[in-house]
Amino acid sequence: NKICPFEQQNKQESFEQPPMYVAVMTYVGYGLVTLFGYFRDFLRAVGLEKCHVAQEREEQKDFTPLYQDFENFYTRNLYMRVRDNWNRPICSLPGPVFDLMERVSDDYNWTFRFTGKSIPNVINMGSYNYLGFAENNADFLKSVADRLQRYGAAVCSTRQETGNLSLHEELEQLVAEFLGVESSMTFGMGFATNSMNIPALVGKGCLIISDELNHTSLILGARLSGATIRVFKHNNMCSLEKMLKEAVCSGQPRTRRPWRKILIMVEGIYSMEGSVVRLPEIIALKEKYKAYLYLDEAHSIGAVGPTGRGVTELFNVNPGDVDVMMGTFTKSFGAAGGYIAGKKELVDYLRSQSHSAVYASAMSPAITEQIIRAIKCITGKDGSTEGIRRIRQLAENTRYFRARLKEMGFIIYGGDESPVVPLLLYMPAKVVAFAREMLARKIGVVVVGFPATPITEARARFCVSAAHTRDMLNQVLHHLNEVGDNLCLKFSRRKHPSRPDPCEETNS
Amino acid sequence: METAPAYHLILEGILILWIIRLLFSKTYKLPETYKLTEKEKEDLIEEWQPEPLVPPVSKEHPAITYDVVTGPPSHKIIINGKECVNFASFNFLGLLDNERVKEKALASLKKYGVGTCGPRGFYGTFDVHLELESRLAAFMKTEEAIIYSYGFATIASAIPAYSKRGDIIFVDEAACFSIQKGLQASRSFIKYFKHNDMEDLERLLKEQELEDQKNPRKARVTRKFIVVEGLYMNTSDVCPLPDLVKLKYKYKVRIFLEESLSFGVLGEHGKGVTEHFGVNMDDIDLISANMENAVASIGGFCCGRSFVIDHQRLSGQGYCFSASLPPMLAAAAIEALNIMEEDPDIFTVLRKKCEHVYSALQGIPSLKVVGVSFAPALHLQLERGSGSRVTDLQRLRSVVDYCLDRNVALTVARYLEKEERFLPPPRLQA
Repeated sequence: NKICPFEQQNKQESFEQPPMYVAVMTYVGYGLVTLFGYFRDFLRAVGLEKCHVAQEREEQKDFTPLYQDFENFYTRNLYMRVRDNWNRPICSLPGPVFDLMERVSDDYNWTFRFTGKSIPNVINMGSYNYLGFAENNADFLKSVADRLQRYGAAVCSTRQETGNLSLHEELEQLVAEFLGVESSMTFGMGFATNSMNIPALVGKGCLIISDELNHTSLILGARLSGATIRVFKHNNMCSLEKMLKEAVCSGQPRTRRPWRKILIMVEGIYSMEGSVVRLPEIIALKEKYKAYLYLDEAHSIGAVGPTGRGVTELFNVNPGDVDVMMGTFTKSFGAAGGYIAGKKELVDYLRSQSHSAVYASAMSPAITEQIIRAIKCITGKDGSTEGIRRIRQLAENTRYFRARLKEMGFIIYGGDESPVVPLLLYMPAKVVAFAREMLARKIGVVVVGFPATPITEARARFCVSAAHTRDMLNQVLHHLNEVGDNLCLKFSRRKHPSRPDPCEETNS
Repeated sequence: METAPAYHLILEGILILWIIRLLFSKTYKLPETYKLTEKEKEDLIEEWQPEPLVPPVSKEHPAITYDVVTGPPSHKIIINGKECVNFASFNFLGLLDNERVKEKALASLKKYGVGTCGPRGFYGTFDVHLELESRLAAFMKTEEAIIYSYGFATIASAIPAYSKRGDIIFVDEAACFSIQKGLQASRSFIKYFKHNDMEDLERLLKEQELEDQKNPRKARVTRKFIVVEGLYMNTSDVCPLPDLVKLKYKYKVRIFLEESLSFGVLGEHGKGVTEHFGVNMDDIDLISANMENAVASIGGFCCGRSFVIDHQRLSGQGYCFSASLPPMLAAAAIEALNIMEEDPDIFTVLRKKCEHVYSALQGIPSLKVVGVSFAPALHLQLERGSGSRVTDLQRLRSVVDYCLDRNVALTVARYLEKEERFLPPPRLQA
């Protein structure tokens, strides 16, 4: 076996494996819940237990059933018991602290009832608010309010018809300058940016090589395009190279014709793992095999890099080397929508062929103004140093948070620069207990389990924000420490000596 | 019993080992000549030239340079520097520059900021969203409603949530592009019937019934749907809903109704095509609409019985994996609903104006009007096409330019030529 040249592990990324008993207990937990599920289904069928599930109409009872029983087994028996941990409604802005609406259930989560009260000042570790632009300070939002007053809430037309405002052109100019590319185009929804533009770029006879853990929007776009899709192991350059070599040498299956194009799809930061893409290595491979690179920077734009320009800046790579740079404005810019940027030919082609430009409504003017304001703040064009301060604050918060968690003995995934911090919980019961316990201590966390993650790797995911103060982070860490001890969550077997905080040295 | 001679045992031993070897070896061996050497692989990699990422677009392509609108796209719109009467936006009820709507949106902006920074499942659910959902459900008199953050994604995520590989969907030929994308994502069998032709649909349904009788086990698990639009985007006419409901019960198929253009336009109180025909709302399984036309906001919603709608909260891709609607747009939509409920006269006014415009446009030489008289979006098609799409489009564009010079804004209806299944002929949209 040839030694793969990429074998050296990136020292900063860690994906520690838990002790064996954890995996065993996780499977046992799922097995028990499934058994109970069957038992309850039996009770419901026999009539001993009341069935809370909504039923089909009387007039349509003889139609083909809309849902098969086994499709909803998981929803009925597992998800329903614990679904108070998701879809928690809030009644304030999603800043570093927010107010949750209090809701209770009288029948084990089948229905919810709002008590009318709210839980104030819960620390928000779940919203994608990396640079803290989710704010309602009247001064900051003045220009947004002005635009709303002048233009109205929406546009009521598509880009190619009468929806193209001069505001949109200004925004695209700014985005292109910010990223260091020739030109860019913006769309009204981040998810739709992927699902509507990938079919415009590739079609039948093309090959898409996509990372194992790509987001649903990328997978949907790839499927809708009609191209052949192959998947390589997450962030594994050997697997990618092998696939590229095989694709170029063997061509299309059965006919052996050469592929029309090969598109490699990766993300900047993966939202469930927190891992950062290995950009320089992918670019080297792409040049060698003449493939094209599609980089989805939904989580990394604005959040990594010394001036917030994303993974290209983090790795000091020329942005012109990435063929298609895509990103969303929802996370770091506190607005909504997505963009695609690159060479002028690419963007011109998309202006004429993208599904969104032809059929979907244009971006709302107030949202456009928010993004313009955010970009001006980050790049310093509005004359203040607020942008740079936020980026530095985010980097500092990220490093501090990750270091302290590792010291405490939790297993966390991902690179040291990524503000997305997944903390592994593994067992289903612990996931639920963790979320409820943290809420009782007034900290809002996001937990994810199967099917969004592999079945044995349920986790809690923290999103660090520039708006979090050191006190807030310390409070969260203190509670995490206690909860971690109570629930026995500290699975890490690596020794991390507690070192003096480097930030305190520079502050003094 | 005599012991076997030694050579018997040895022979049997060899045979057993041979069988074991055969069992564990590959069924066939690739002849060595098919494997490429490293040098050959390098040569192939050198020689391979992929196509350019995007084909070059000619500078005269009409879709590259957009018309630039400066200022709000309301009734008076400034396109390319000229102020015109706006006949091109979908702002049917004029709610785009309504002061009440703007006020509510501003109040929401001051309270919640701009974006929601998360999907619905992870702290992206605001009380405004819940309120909008309950208001929509109450307005349409259904049990539940669900909101999406983008109009295009609404029906395109709703269809694949219910219809999977192996199910059958009957669709009208004139279905809009977002429905086509939803159908493509669902991987079901699609059967097109001629536009608004109930006999063609019944013929297809009868054929399917015969198929079902041949294979009843499969038929018991195959779901069947009809997807139609209330007011068709591509032809501006209405679907015959009462006939569809009759067919639904006769052949046991479910109906999904897409009401993007008809919500807030048709019916006494703007409830759409069900009110227009007096059909019971419960007979329609799913109504989907986007809020980007009459409601003058952004986003879309689906409404229906809880049994149907609740499923999308876990399996609608555009709902679960995408950030939620910004609260100020939701507040704008709520206020628009308030206005629609308080003042049902605006629908009568809209209808009268539509009929007025429709009759005024009749009789223009060489342009014919496509659509029903009460449709707010009409198409003007060339009576005699020249046979070439490009020249037709150029002629229409010159008509649009002529109108722009005289301060009336129209637009050429845009379609993606290669992607549409049944391409409508070139026309203007008003």
